[in-house]
This record gives sequence, structure tokens and C-alpha cells, in this order.
Amino acid sequence: MLAPINISLDSLNVITLAPMLIPVVGALLILMIDVIKGGLHKSLYVVLSLLFLSMDFFFLLDASEMFTQNGTVLGMFDVMLVDGLAILSQFIIVMASMLFIPLALTHKRFHEFTYPEFFALFLFMISGFQFMVATDNLILIFVGLETASLSLYTLIAMHNRDKSFEAAVKYFTMGALAAGFFSFGAMVFYALTGSVEIHKIALVLTANGYADIGYVLVGVAFMLAAFAFKLSLIPFHTWAPDVYEGSSASMAGYMSIVPKIAAFVVAMRFFEFLVHSGIVWLDIVLYAFVVITMTAANMWALVQTDVKRMLAYSSISHAGFVMAAILIGTTQSNSALFLYWVLFTFTNLGSFTMLWISRQKSLPEHQMSDHSYDKFAGMIKTAPVPALIMGLFMLSLAGIPPFALFWGKIYMISAAVTSGYTILALIMALNSAIAGYYYLKLIVYMFMKEPVVGNDGHVYVSNATLALKTIIGIAAVGTIFAFVAINPLLEFITAFVYNSGY
Amino acid sequence: MLDHILSLLIFFPALAALFGFMIQKESMRAYGISVAAIEFALSLWLWFAFDGNVAGMQFMENLPLVPSFGINYILGVDGISLFIIILAAFFTMIGIASLTDTPNVKNMIITLLFLQMTMVGVFAALDAIIFYIFWELSLVPMLYIIGAWGGPLRIYASIKFFLYTFAGSLVMLVGMLFMAYFYYQATGVWSFAILDWYRLILPESLQLWLFAAFFIGFAIKVPMFPFHTWLPYAHGQAPTIGSVILAAILLKMGTYAFIRFSLPMFPDAAAFFMVPIAIIAIIMIVYTAMVAYAQKDVKQVVAYSSISHMGVIILGTFALNVEGISGSIFLMIAHGVVSGALFLLVGVIYDRRHTKMMSEFGGLAHVMPRYATIFGVMLMASVGMPLTINFVGEFLSLLGFYQQSHILTLLAGTAIIVGAIYMLAAYKKMFFGEVTKEENKNLKDVNKREWVALLPLAVITIWLGIYPNPVLAPIDNSVKSVVQLMHNKATTELAKDRIPNLVKPKVVIIEKTIIEEVH
Repeated sequence: MLAPINISLDSLNVITLAPMLIPVVGALLILMIDVIKGGLHKSLYVVLSLLFLSMDFFFLLDASEMFTQNGTVLGMFDVMLVDGLAILSQFIIVMASMLFIPLALTHKRFHEFTYPEFFALFLFMISGFQFMVATDNLILIFVGLETASLSLYTLIAMHNRDKSFEAAVKYFTMGALAAGFFSFGAMVFYALTGSVEIHKIALVLTANGYADIGYVLVGVAFMLAAFAFKLSLIPFHTWAPDVYEGSSASMAGYMSIVPKIAAFVVAMRFFEFLVHSGIVWLDIVLYAFVVITMTAANMWALVQTDVKRMLAYSSISHAGFVMAAILIGTTQSNSALFLYWVLFTFTNLGSFTMLWISRQKSLPEHQMSDHSYDKFAGMIKTAPVPALIMGLFMLSLAGIPPFALFWGKIYMISAAVTSGYTILALIMALNSAIAGYYYLKLIVYMFMKEPVVGNDGHVYVSNATLALKTIIGIAAVGTIFAFVAINPLLEFITAFVYNSGY
Repeated sequence: MLDHILSLLIFFPALAALFGFMIQKESMRAYGISVAAIEFALSLWLWFAFDGNVAGMQFMENLPLVPSFGINYILGVDGISLFIIILAAFFTMIGIASLTDTPNVKNMIITLLFLQMTMVGVFAALDAIIFYIFWELSLVPMLYIIGAWGGPLRIYASIKFFLYTFAGSLVMLVGMLFMAYFYYQATGVWSFAILDWYRLILPESLQLWLFAAFFIGFAIKVPMFPFHTWLPYAHGQAPTIGSVILAAILLKMGTYAFIRFSLPMFPDAAAFFMVPIAIIAIIMIVYTAMVAYAQKDVKQVVAYSSISHMGVIILGTFALNVEGISGSIFLMIAHGVVSGALFLLVGVIYDRRHTKMMSEFGGLAHVMPRYATIFGVMLMASVGMPLTINFVGEFLSLLGFYQQSHILTLLAGTAIIVGAIYMLAAYKKMFFGEVTKEENKNLKDVNKREWVALLPLAVITIWLGIYPNPVLAPIDNSVKSVVQLMHNKATTELAKDRIPNLVKPKVVIIEKTIIEEVH
């Protein structure tokens, strides 16, 4: 007979689980409400999700206070790891989700929002991402990743258009491949070191001086491929534009932000010790990933005829730009990553939301796709305020000062300069110039062309409700007045990153 | 009261532009003129309150923006920037006043007011990032002006203008980040303040690289010879007001930035690159003059002649002595007045005939005598006739460079004289001879609105040509301190030799921060 296991509840530190459990409870509650009384309006679920996310947010505030006082906290058999990275990325995840969920309150009816399951899955997904960033155990990372990804595939498929199914299946297939790579990589490292925890892997590898370098490289290659899929780095990016096109504009905006920050945090934890280990091969491969992703995605974005696809390629390019932080691997660069992503959240979600409010149910004849460039021709004459706001987001994405992304860009380039990556800094700067062209293209269409006959400007706001306008307002204010918030934000982020040892 | 006059000068037009959205369409022009007039009055007040005997910065403002990364909102003016700010306010005012029938005039005036904010901001900024913010932001209104009100190729021209300058300034931004990093290495503090950077003495090898990075950003803006191809398109397609502001103010940002950044920060590199840059400047003068001679479009003639004169400004700047630099700053103002006026004049005839081809005109002096007179005065100023404003600047620039190299100065001087040929030829084609075209016989002469814009310019052209001292004296004071700073900072023999020491008997001690080795 087995002896009973004695563990005091205190040592488990259950509180570390609280932020992840809140969305789960919320999701279950939503499902229960639906069982008891079906057919309720979507606004109920939106507000419930918002409430649970705010509760999540408050617990994160608590956690961050705890971190500033006591440093990193471990919990649940040391599987949970609540350090600065975990808290920062959870802040971004929860904030972006709070900005996203009101976008369901559209003027037109979209059928995915009539299902309460949509909101339940959404909350499950958030808890998956939160698990993923708040641990350094490869198995829990995997579980979190899969929870989140499976929910996300379903959310995309629920959009119920031909292309949405295609997108969901494509994403699913690619995601499954990535999951396979991830587990293979994790297996190799377990075989090498006997541990699935990143810090122990690092300890063992450093202790034996990377004796089995061949196996390490195999493992790294698998892991790199898995992350490259998730972060849509070239050449593993092929799913991204199609998936963005197939999903609704709001969902595409969400996908360009939240799953990526989760993957970035895991990549940061995983590659932090490897880039400083002096494995030249890894440096070269990461360098190539960064440069090629940035540049090639920009080139593709130049030739797109649909704004949403253009934004899809542009967000690939931004991901490549930010990946440079992982390559550089200093405190400044890691802080720059978070700073960039916070600012990117506002701007990118704002621009995708602008597409979302102009979404039509059916396409007019002259229009090839939902958001073709032609649709925006002469927008300044028919709908000046939306045109100005959209132009603002484009300028911010292009990195024109003093709008939000400019600050992220200079801090990131400065991180490259400080660590001696001169050529990389130049490439990053010049890529911003290339990117300028396709953002300008939309501005040219909006401000300098004549409107298509019969377009009275109503189309640009046809989907707008007060909720959507509020979100756009928040995004626009965040984009314009970013310069006020940079200093406190930077100090907060740097303190958190530095105190977690990155 | 005057502590915040620079902020007021920068943000008053922007605020007015925001409120402008509320103004009814027909009243917009009056609103625009009044706002620009108030702004001009403020800038004159700045001049009145400015102490011309002080060489350093005045009306400084300092507000922390991102202190943890060394970015602060620092403003200030000295003799170098003061007059360009006044010029910017002046040209916005007469630009708006002379606006002819423009579609969407409301959007145009709002855009111009935003543009004015960025222009004043660039010349008042004393923090590299603030400078960069206004520098980049100035592209956006100009992009819109060219792209929305321009000619048939306007979209191509506006995008070319934007991307060229944007790409160049991103390289400059990397240079700024390096500079801040070197400052951090030397002192342990991040700072983007230009006055802090002045105190940093870098080894020559680093100076050369940083000079090159900044040079790319500035040279595209000026535009210097191999990078000049965006400008003829921009001028050719832009509406009159766009060309006027572009030639009068926006191009000056590049030459101003050379004096504000490149010279005092990298004196050794400036001395090292003096001859190559002078050669580029002379190529610019000669080559664009020849291209101008081949043009059939009168606006293109003015555009190329404007590039040609920018070459003289560069030459004066890189004379690296007081005469040259003062002359080049004075020539910046002169060039602004004269080429701005010439573009306005081309706009006058374009409004009447809707063509800019010189072959369409001929004998206009008979039909429009007053127009021909003003055009003649400005043309003479443009070719640098004595007693006009351009002459003072060109003479001083060449005098300055004569001390460095006789041959190059001689070449440049001859080139300027040759440059007179194309201007006079253009004048002949347009104004002299018989009136050949039927349409030209009944053209109306300059009207009241055009007088309002052109007369002050003609007065300034002659007044400052005869008596340049009120403007030249404050410029001279500030330039002396810049040259002295450069001499003190110079580390190489070459630079010590080329940059004159102004205080011979005394030994001036400035605070030095030397960094030994940088990776």
C-alpha cells in the first residue's frame, strides 16, 4: 500500500494559479448560463467576459506588487513561475483581450457571436496563454500552448465563411506540425539533461560544457522551428496571410498580438541561455531569421492589393523586427520587446478595428475582397474622421514620430546599437523605410484619390457601434499620447525584466 | 512671460489648426491669414526680445520627456536659428495670403498650419530626438500638399519625396542613437541634448562614420548632388504654395542641420571631408545650372536654379570659418526669400495661363509691365547682383571658402556667373520680343492679392541687400562661438589648421569629455 503523500497547502502557493483560473471559471459560468437559459444576447457574454478579465487584471496587479516586494515566486511544485516576464506578458495578454472582446458588439449580425461557446472558448484560450508564459516547465508550456491554439482554431472556424474554414484547417495543420516540433525538441533536451525545466536544462548543459553539442543543436533546431511557426517567421510564415484573410478583421488583429507575445516570452526564456552560450550557429541562424523575416515580409507587403493581407505581412515584419530582441539578449533589448509590444497592441489593434468597422456583409461589384485598397479611395472626402484615424495608425506603424511605435523602434534599434550590432541596426532602420511605402499606399488611396462613384462614406462606419468607437478612441489616444507614457512604462518594464534576470 | 515663447511659437499654429476644423469653409482663408499673422507677430516679438550680443542659446526651455532614456524637451534659439524661424512664419503668412482658388481650401490651410508647427519645431529644438520628431513630422503635411493638390504625376512625386527623405533620416537616426550611446559610455548618463553632445570629443575614426550617417540624412534633404533627383519632381508637381514652402524653408532644414549638428559635433570629420564636399557642391552648382538651361518649363528652371544655389550654401558652410558660415546662413535666408518669390511669380502666370511652358509666352513685358518688373528684380537677386540680398550671402560664402582653396572658389565663382546665363535666357524668352500668342494679349497684370505677397519680398530683397547688418550681426556672434568651439574640439592637425582660432591671446577652456576607446 502506498504511503499517503503529505504536502502542506501553504507550500503549494495556490495563489500563483489565481490569474489563470479566473478565466476558466468565467468560461464555465458562461457555459452554465447557456445550459440554464439559452438564446441570450451576446452583450451579456461580452460584459461577463470583460468582468472576468478585469478581475484577472486585478489579480495581476496583486502579483506585480508581490513581485516588486519579494521577487520571483514559485508555486505548485515549482511548476508555476511568476516572474517579471510572466507578469508583463500577462498584462499585455489581458489588456489586449479586454480591448478585443467589445469588438463583438458590432452593428451587423455575425453569427459566431450568437454562440456563447465563442466567449467560453475565448476565455479558455486566455488562460492557456497565461499558463504558457507563467512557467518554465516545457510540458506545462506545451499544455498551455495547445489549450490556447485549439481554442483559437475553433474561434477562427466559427467566422463561417468559405475562407474561414480553410484558414482554420490550415492553421490547425501548421499548428500541429509546430506542436510536433516542440515536443520533439523538448524530448531531445529531456534526454540530454533529464529535466523539462528550462533553468535546470541550462544548468546541466553549462555544467557539462555543452558536451553533446550535436544533440543540443538538433534540439535547438526543432525548438526554433516550433517558435518560428508560432511567430510566423519566414520561411515558416506561409499560413499567416491566409489565416488572417480568412478570419474576421478583429480576430486577425488579435492574432497578430496575443499569441505572439506568449510565444516571444517562451522564446526569451528558452533562448536566453543559449544565445549567451557562445553557440555561433544559433547566432547566425537567429540573425538570418530576423533579417529575412523583416525584409522579405516587407517586400511581399508591397505588392498586396488587400489591406488586410498587407497588414498581415506587416505584422510578420514587425514580429521579425522584435525577434531581434531575442538575438541581442540584453536587458535593454528584452525591455524593448515588451515596450514595443505594448505600443504595437494599441496601434495594430486599432488599425484592424478600423477594418472591422468597415466590414460589409456582401461585396459590391467593383470590389475584389473585403478590404481592397480601392474601397478606401477618397475616404477623406466622404468620411474625414475615420480617414484621419486610419492615417494616424498607418503613420504610427510606419514609425513616424511622435506616434506610439516610433518609441518602440528607437529603443529597439538603440538596444542593437548598444550591443554592437551595427549592421543589424542599419537593416532595421532601412526596413522601416521600405515599410513606409506600403503604409503610405493606403494613405495615398485615402487622401489623394477620388472616391469610387456611389460611395457615400457610410461603408466605412457601417459596422460601428459605440463600443467599437470607444475601442478605436482608446487605441487612437494611446497612439497619439504615447510619448507621455513612455517614461513610466519604460521604468516599470525595465525594473521587471531586470529583476527577473533577463 | 517670454520663458515659453518658443513653445508658444511651435504649438500655437497646431492648436489653431485643430480649431480650424470648426471654422466654416468661406471664412477659412481669413482665419488662416489671421493665425499666420499672429504667429509672424510673435516671431517678430522674439526677434525684438532677442539679445543680439549674446552668442549662446536664449529662451531655453527644458522639460523631461523620457528622462530614463535621456530624452528631454529642450528648446532654444541663437542667431543661427532665429531668422529662419522668422522666415518660416513670414512665408506661411504670405503663402496663405496668396493662395489662389484652391479646391478644399480648408484642408489646405489646416495642413499648412500643421506644417508650420513642424518647421518652427525643427529650428527651435535642442534635443536630437525632438529635432528628429519635427523633422520627420514635416514630411507628412508636405506629402499631403503635393499628393492632393499637385499636378498629374503628383502621387509619384509625393511618395518619392517622402521615401527618399524618410530613408535618409532613418540612417541619421541610427547615427543619433550611436551618439547617445557614446555619450552614455563616456559619462554614464543617457542624453540626446545637443548641447551635451557638443562637449563630447570623439576620436577621428568614429567621427568619420557618424559624420557619414548624419550626412546621408542631411544631404538628401538639402538635396546634394547625387541625391537631388526627388526635388525636381516634387517642385514640378507641387502646387505653388507647396513649392514656395519647400524651397524657402524645408530645404533649409538640411543646411541648418549641418551647422547645428555636423560641424560642432564632428570638427575633425568636417575638416577631413571639406574638399570632397566642396567638390560635390561645385558639381551641384555647375551641373544643375546646365540642366536648368535645358528646361522648357519655367518652374523647372527655378527649381534647378534653387538646387544650384543650395550648392553655394553648402560651400559656404564647409569653409569652416566665420565668413563662410555666416555667409551661408545669410544665404539661406536670402535663398528662401528669392526662390520663394520666384515660385510665387511662376504661380501668378500659371494661374492666368495654366501652362508653365516658356514657349507659350513671349513679350509679356508689354502686357504685364509690373509683373515683368518684379520678376526682373527677383531674377537679378537670384543671379547675385550687388545690392540685392543674395549677393551678400554669396559673396561672404565665397570669401570664406577663398581662404581654404583658391582654385575651388574660382571654379564656383565662375559657375555662378555662368548660372546667370540660363536665368537671363529664360527671362528673355518669356518677357521680351513680340507677343506671339493670341491668349497672351489680354493677360491681367499683378492684382492686389499678389501685390500683398510680392511687394514685401521685393522690399526685403533690396533692403537686406543694401544694409544686411541687423540680420548679419546676431548671426555673426553665434557663428563665432560655433567656430571657436570647433577649433577647441578639433584633435587633428588638419582640423586645427583649417578651422581658425578666433581668440588668439587668451586660452579658452571648455569642459571636455573624452572617451578613450569605443567598440
